[in-house]
Amino acid sequence: MSTRSNTEANVKSPALVSGLVTASVTDHKPALALGFAFILKKALLSAFVALVLFSLMIGIRTEAGPTGQLTYWTRFGELATIVAIVFVGSIVIELVRQWLGPAGTSQLVPAAVQNGLAAAGRFIAPALLIFTLLVPVIFHDQRYILDLAILVLTYVMLGWGLNVVVGLAGLLDLGYVAFYAVGAYSYALLATTFGLSFWVCLPLAGFLASLWGVMLGFPVLRLRGDYLAIVTLAFGEIIRLVIINWQSLTGGPNGITSIPRPTLFGIPLTAGDDGLAAKLGIEFDPTHRIIFLFYIILAMALLTNWVTIRLRRLPIGRAWEALREDEVACRALGINTTTTKLTAFATGAMFGGFAGAFFATRQGFISPESFTFQESALVLAIVVLGGMGSQLGVALAALAMIGGFELFRGLEQYRMLVFGIAMVLLMIWRPRGLIGHRAPTVYLKQAQAISSDLVKEGRG
Amino acid sequence: MSQPMSGADCILSVDRLSMRFGGIVAVNELSFDAGRRKITALIGPNGAGKTTVFNCITGFYKPSDGTMRLAAESGGAIALERLNDFRISKQAKVARTFQNIRLFPGMTVLENLMVAQHNTLMRASGLTFLGLLGVPSWRAAEKRAIDLATFWLNRIGLYDRADDAAGNLAYGDQRRLEIARAMCTEPALLCLDEPAAGLNARESASLSELLLSIRADQGTSILLIEHDMSVVMEISDHVVVMDYGVKIAEGAPQEVRDDPRVIAAYLGADEQEAIAVMESDT
Repeated sequence: MSTRSNTEANVKSPALVSGLVTASVTDHKPALALGFAFILKKALLSAFVALVLFSLMIGIRTEAGPTGQLTYWTRFGELATIVAIVFVGSIVIELVRQWLGPAGTSQLVPAAVQNGLAAAGRFIAPALLIFTLLVPVIFHDQRYILDLAILVLTYVMLGWGLNVVVGLAGLLDLGYVAFYAVGAYSYALLATTFGLSFWVCLPLAGFLASLWGVMLGFPVLRLRGDYLAIVTLAFGEIIRLVIINWQSLTGGPNGITSIPRPTLFGIPLTAGDDGLAAKLGIEFDPTHRIIFLFYIILAMALLTNWVTIRLRRLPIGRAWEALREDEVACRALGINTTTTKLTAFATGAMFGGFAGAFFATRQGFISPESFTFQESALVLAIVVLGGMGSQLGVALAALAMIGGFELFRGLEQYRMLVFGIAMVLLMIWRPRGLIGHRAPTVYLKQAQAISSDLVKEGRG
Repeated sequence: MSQPMSGADCILSVDRLSMRFGGIVAVNELSFDAGRRKITALIGPNGAGKTTVFNCITGFYKPSDGTMRLAAESGGAIALERLNDFRISKQAKVARTFQNIRLFPGMTVLENLMVAQHNTLMRASGLTFLGLLGVPSWRAAEKRAIDLATFWLNRIGLYDRADDAAGNLAYGDQRRLEIARAMCTEPALLCLDEPAAGLNARESASLSELLLSIRADQGTSILLIEHDMSVVMEISDHVVVMDYGVKIAEGAPQEVRDDPRVIAAYLGADEQEAIAVMESDT
């Protein structure tokens, strides 16, 4: 029976292309097995929805005529084609689903593949790290790739930073870009006003961002779920609006220009006589600075990762995860939930601040436009896509999101569409992100990954 | 009726405790004492206000009126009504479990017991900074914490499941783990909210055994709410019966069981439970 349905599906695929769809379906009607009425009903319903949806979008075409009046004409042929495609497609999907057996995520992604992914995870991380270390060596003459790699690493770092707040502590933060902005502006202002170097400003930027994290943390401590998300979203907007409107300090929409570049122990990477190239006696190449920036962000991202992994194994990290699991039980165990939440906000914000300072020094110019809600959404998407709480997942997701976005550049306006479809498919197959399972922080005999169905997402 | 306990062997003394929610009086001028190294049971029909009393004692509710004095080991008294939530567990050393189990289901059994030792470990990790550097004193403290967790795992018979997710345990195991987790905070008073709910006869018997051994070996005083009369009659030293927010009887299990007011309360409220009270006679 199952093989038969399979061939049915295969037979119908070419029919779909040729456009002789309805005829071929009716021909096979008696041959089809049990549940045909169900499949037909479902397909008719889908076709009806498509008809309603597309009747105006595709069925009628409007345009401004030569004298400015509205002209329109009908395209019922195209509409019929679309509806027919939906009808047949729905039948094919249903047949494939029956052939695969009862639907379920475990069926869609075989257990062997899931286990393989988990096992490969152990090798993916070191391999990825070695590859990343070698990127400037492999692509030393490809400025575009290096720039892209720096961008990806910046988002990896932001993702890891936000992961502390969203993935570990389970606090949904939609305004993470605020801390990125605070870090960027802290460095830009300190460097342009007081002439402080990047390495002095970096910890200051992190400190100031975490201070803002605590400031945000206090009012939202009592909020949960959607309410927390709304307030953090507003906080991100407040920071951006203050930056736009406080012209005298931040330069408003014009931003801050000529932000100093980082130096290597005080030696600038410039073409001049006191530059690093001249001191080493090698020919100056602007790529040197890019490679230098690459290793700075790589080191910063790895520091973020190392600190997060360590924190998870310390009582504070376990308290974050416990908070995500059950806040009431935490209080009953004598855990101060207020300070625990605040430390999560502050730690996440600090990493965001570091990344912001790096962003400012890399760009040399910052303006409020770089800190819109879209950035927060992108970083949050990276964390969710990667699997909340998983360090490797977040890194892979950042690579896929930022790198993939560049990869589809050739598709122009369709790349958003490709991207959207890819994300929808991924969320169907792996609803808890690329790496959904949770690794325990301590074990007696053997560390076993915990299935994602047991791990809570947090409500606050 | 039992004699009023002297200050020395009384760990918790609740005096005229009242809790009102708007116009509803959940607990009305309740007074009772819980003895040190004793098991005190709080029983009563559904809706009598037992869990409300627990929530007041463990700081989840702020009582409308009355005092709750916890006699500390050092000799001083701690006013529980003045401490709020997590401080009751941290400073007054009162631990609790919940009527509907509240474990951390996505964390392993061992991790659950490690989270319970948060305050000790937080101090040992130098508020995270020393721990981040991995200093030896932190490592030693972590090892001690794992040892304590292992001790309790052995006590509740879950050593072999230490690395499994807590959410994957059977119901009875989850109940025992919740008690072990509360014990990992090294409490002076352990408050158990219906620990035997949903357990079968064999599991109830092993629970009674566990509670008796906790009292004997750790010297922890226990306050429990329980509907399972076999557990209450077997292990408690002192029983307080509540109905409609007030205390209707108090005393040793035998005395309480024969008290006509108690039987009436149970009969009036729920026939099943009244039968349970009378049947435990045999």
